[in-house]
Amino acid sequence: MAGAAVLRRLTWVVATVEEVVEETPRVRTIVLDVPDWTGHRAGQHLDVRLTAEDGYRAEREYSIASAPGEPVAITVERLEDGEVSPYLTQELRVGDGIELRGPVGGYFVWDGEDAAPLLLVAGGSGVVPLRSMVRHHQRSGSATRVRLLYSSRTLDDVIYRMELDETGERVEVVYTLTRDHPAGWRGYARRVDPDLLAEVAWPVDDGARAFVCGPTSFVEAVAMSLVELGYAPARVKTERFGATGGR
Amino acid sequence: MSFISRGFKGRRRDPGDPGRVPPGQYVTDDFPVLSAGPTPHTPLDEWTFSIVEGDERTTWTWDELRALPSETVNVDIHCVTRWSKLDTTWEGVSVDTLLEEAGAEAPYVLAFCDGGYTTNLPTEDVTGGKAWVAFGYDGEPLDPEHGGPARLLVPHLYFWKSAKWVRGLALREDDEPGFWETYGYHLYGDPWREQRYSGD
Repeated sequence: MAGAAVLRRLTWVVATVEEVVEETPRVRTIVLDVPDWTGHRAGQHLDVRLTAEDGYRAEREYSIASAPGEPVAITVERLEDGEVSPYLTQELRVGDGIELRGPVGGYFVWDGEDAAPLLLVAGGSGVVPLRSMVRHHQRSGSATRVRLLYSSRTLDDVIYRMELDETGERVEVVYTLTRDHPAGWRGYARRVDPDLLAEVAWPVDDGARAFVCGPTSFVEAVAMSLVELGYAPARVKTERFGATGGR
Repeated sequence: MSFISRGFKGRRRDPGDPGRVPPGQYVTDDFPVLSAGPTPHTPLDEWTFSIVEGDERTTWTWDELRALPSETVNVDIHCVTRWSKLDTTWEGVSVDTLLEEAGAEAPYVLAFCDGGYTTNLPTEDVTGGKAWVAFGYDGEPLDPEHGGPARLLVPHLYFWKSAKWVRGLALREDDEPGFWETYGYHLYGDPWREQRYSGD
């Protein structure tokens, strides 16, 4: 695993906003043209730096939402008390420049080469790096079996919904809605708990690899449940963000 | 020369004391959690802490560690993901105490942990009253998701160096990269010089 790391200096570049996609009322995808991008792996993130006219700066990390080989995109959820996410979701527009550097991270990544089935578990905007993995799976024609369990508050909060509804049979997407669900809803309608995971997760004997991303309490609960189901801790990779996390 | 983000003003909600918040950081009152895998839960009666130097190993049980003189420290902490938290209060045993008891000496240490996590530090950064094996936070036992029963506390470096679920220190002649360092994070990690990634 040590050989997987690319140890090179990351420099700031000014990318250009090519397109913005309003995913939900609070979430926007920003497609970027990044000069000299070296490429990225599914699951990596990048750093964004905003600079005000008086030189004041704010930096945050965002997961990359696009697959390797696609134009770089980030998906940002607006946090009402945030500093960077309101700018990215409300002020930034097509043609603007934005400073970034990356890609960063080499652990929470999926390269699509292994035969073990893949379990992706997302809470809210934690779906972003997992969507990169799903897209990578689709684009690379991977034969790996994939299940995505995606927990959202309501159906309107589901990010990438149309895309996830059309993944075909090679990627199973299972939703659970924790706050409110429409009449006739046939998905799950409760928080992810051990029973729900036992129903959705690949059997332990399949040797699945799991990626879990979401708020801290969600990730804690899911990761612990997977270990209790018999998943080896080393096969459960997590990424978390706190209540005020900038992602 | 310098790029300006059109329309960005910033909220500057808590500029705080500029002498206490390193560049690129923002102050939070929360205590976010970042870890690469499930939270380990080693029972205290199986828990040990070891100082390892070559073939020599000095080991403390939980009760033995807790019987050592401990200190309460008030420090600011800085995570590489850009949050800083000021005036955090910890209780722990100084690494000086442990190294003295073990009689161990070498230029570098590699902290090792439950879950396979490691991180590397120069020995001079964990001695001289700069680092602790902390088991208390804010007057309570350290919560597992924050690294309990015990984590390394090295507040003057980015917080990934304050390894959670720490089980020991291996003394080394060379600066062997740890877990995050292998994935491109900085070998040393000084927040005041913004040493986030390799080459910074």
